[in-house]
Amino acid sequence: MAAPLSVEVEFGGGAELLFDGVKKHQVTLPGQEEPWDIRSLLVWIKKNLLKERPELFIQGDSVRPGILVLVNDADWELLGELDYQLQDQDSVLFISTLHGG
Amino acid sequence: MCEMSEEYRESAPKGPPPPRLGTGDQKCVKCKEGLPVVVIRAGDAFCRDCFKALYVHKFRAMLGKSRLIFPGEKVLLAWSGGPSSSSMVWQVLEGLSRDSAKRLRFVPGVVYIDEGAACGQSPEDRARTLAEVKLALQTTGFPWHAVALEEVFSLPPSALRCSAQEAAGTEGAYKAAVDSFLQQQHALGTNGVERQSQHCAQDPQSPTGPPTTAQTQALSRLFDSVKTLTAKEELLQTLRTHLILHVARNHGYSKVMTGDSCTRLAIKLMTSLALGRGAFLAWDTGFSDERHGDVVVVRPMREHTLKEVAFYNRLFAVPSICTPALDTKAPEKASIHRLMEAFILRLQAQFPSTVSTVYRTSEKLVKAPRAGCAAGPRCLLCMCTLDVDTADSATAFGAQTSHLPQMQTPVTQARAAAGPCCCAGMGGAPGCCKREDPRAQVMEQLCYGCRVNMKDLPSLELLPPYILSEAQLRSQRATAEQEIREYLLGDSEDEAGTGES
Repeated sequence: MAAPLSVEVEFGGGAELLFDGVKKHQVTLPGQEEPWDIRSLLVWIKKNLLKERPELFIQGDSVRPGILVLVNDADWELLGELDYQLQDQDSVLFISTLHGG
Repeated sequence: MCEMSEEYRESAPKGPPPPRLGTGDQKCVKCKEGLPVVVIRAGDAFCRDCFKALYVHKFRAMLGKSRLIFPGEKVLLAWSGGPSSSSMVWQVLEGLSRDSAKRLRFVPGVVYIDEGAACGQSPEDRARTLAEVKLALQTTGFPWHAVALEEVFSLPPSALRCSAQEAAGTEGAYKAAVDSFLQQQHALGTNGVERQSQHCAQDPQSPTGPPTTAQTQALSRLFDSVKTLTAKEELLQTLRTHLILHVARNHGYSKVMTGDSCTRLAIKLMTSLALGRGAFLAWDTGFSDERHGDVVVVRPMREHTLKEVAFYNRLFAVPSICTPALDTKAPEKASIHRLMEAFILRLQAQFPSTVSTVYRTSEKLVKAPRAGCAAGPRCLLCMCTLDVDTADSATAFGAQTSHLPQMQTPVTQARAAAGPCCCAGMGGAPGCCKREDPRAQVMEQLCYGCRVNMKDLPSLELLPPYILSEAQLRSQRATAEQEIREYLLGDSEDEAGTGES
């Protein structure tokens, strides 16, 4: 049983437009059986933060190609991408590089 | 840092794939010491410092190796507020603050085009964005010009004329640049000085001031009338380019820098192909674009991928302003541009060298208009040399153009075609039928891609006046030239020729 985590989720490059224009979200992820990883964070975001057009942010179980993910200001490709296990106080940033955000 | 060539890319350590979990044991591929923060190309992890060095080097190398920008030359940076152009302005800022040996030595200015009206922004949102933009522009310390897209309605027809020589090939372009630089120096020596000091810094708004409501309405009417998002995007790009060039000419800039990244250019290349602009790919996506003659457009960010740009801006706190574009929140299949972007990026996600492969292709394209067309007429909108091929009736272009009167067809042919409908019996001027229809008048002066695009504009009368009047001017000129030629050839068409002149 993983303890609840407090993480900062941030959106940039126009991705925030899908989240009511709010860039920074301080969120608490509830405790659950499996440890929290980015994959499950995305599911959580889709359910709890995403306001509209989920297909413009999420595709399959990952983010849409063209959206970059940074964990604590480092490329998620260095950290195992979807399998990265979130730690308490991590900050996760999604930057859209798509035209028009 | 100097081996920017392909071997360098190819020889990047490919050996064991980077460890997937945990950063502890991974080091920067460059300095072998720093903690990597970003993966670029196929799996090369860079630390913050090495990434910065690479990024800056690419920008400077791009400018350096092209030898296009001369010391003291006035360069207009086209800034949209987006990440790539913001990064470009930042690179220039940094480049100018360096110590003398490494300093960039051109004289920059920034132009911002407010496209709010075309994108359907409310006046309040536009005012807010503009305030933010002006603040950002002021902090750069460069002379700046914030221009509303509405100003296309007060452009003179001469904005569409390609002044002076277009240089063929790189060597010619280089010479042309030298020439323009010399002229520039000369102008600066005489009357340019006061012009330079007076412009902008304190009087940034163009003399016409904020756009009138009527102009804003006209612009939204125009964009609302366009049937497809694809055509809207193209129209916006066309009008924006005209306006930027106009600003550049008015203020004596001989170069315009745009922030197109390599990702964007790869997408643009495929989009242009799909839009029927294949003949102009080299101009549309190359490093330098000399189609406008006196003002050359350069793309110094074309070695940077969007990922690099986004990381750089984030790691080094480069501010950018996010304004909604035409296609914000649009679904993936809303336009050819959008679709191509999704296509390329999805491929890139699976095959990490997609973008670079497409981009390298664009680098190899040579700017060579079809033989015999180089000095011919230009497309009214995109200013590319019209490669009209009258004999080529088997292609889509031929099929499309065959029913339009050709400016280059021999007189007799033209008269034969025009004869029955207007010259015979009526005693009217030759070619009067094409002059009666403003749509045909505009269409015949467009390249294939622009023609296809204009099909989605049901009414061309909504276009800004400078386009329509230039179209009319050109068509009158063509008719007059034809008449003169007829007169000179004389003989068999004697009566018609003398009667009309």
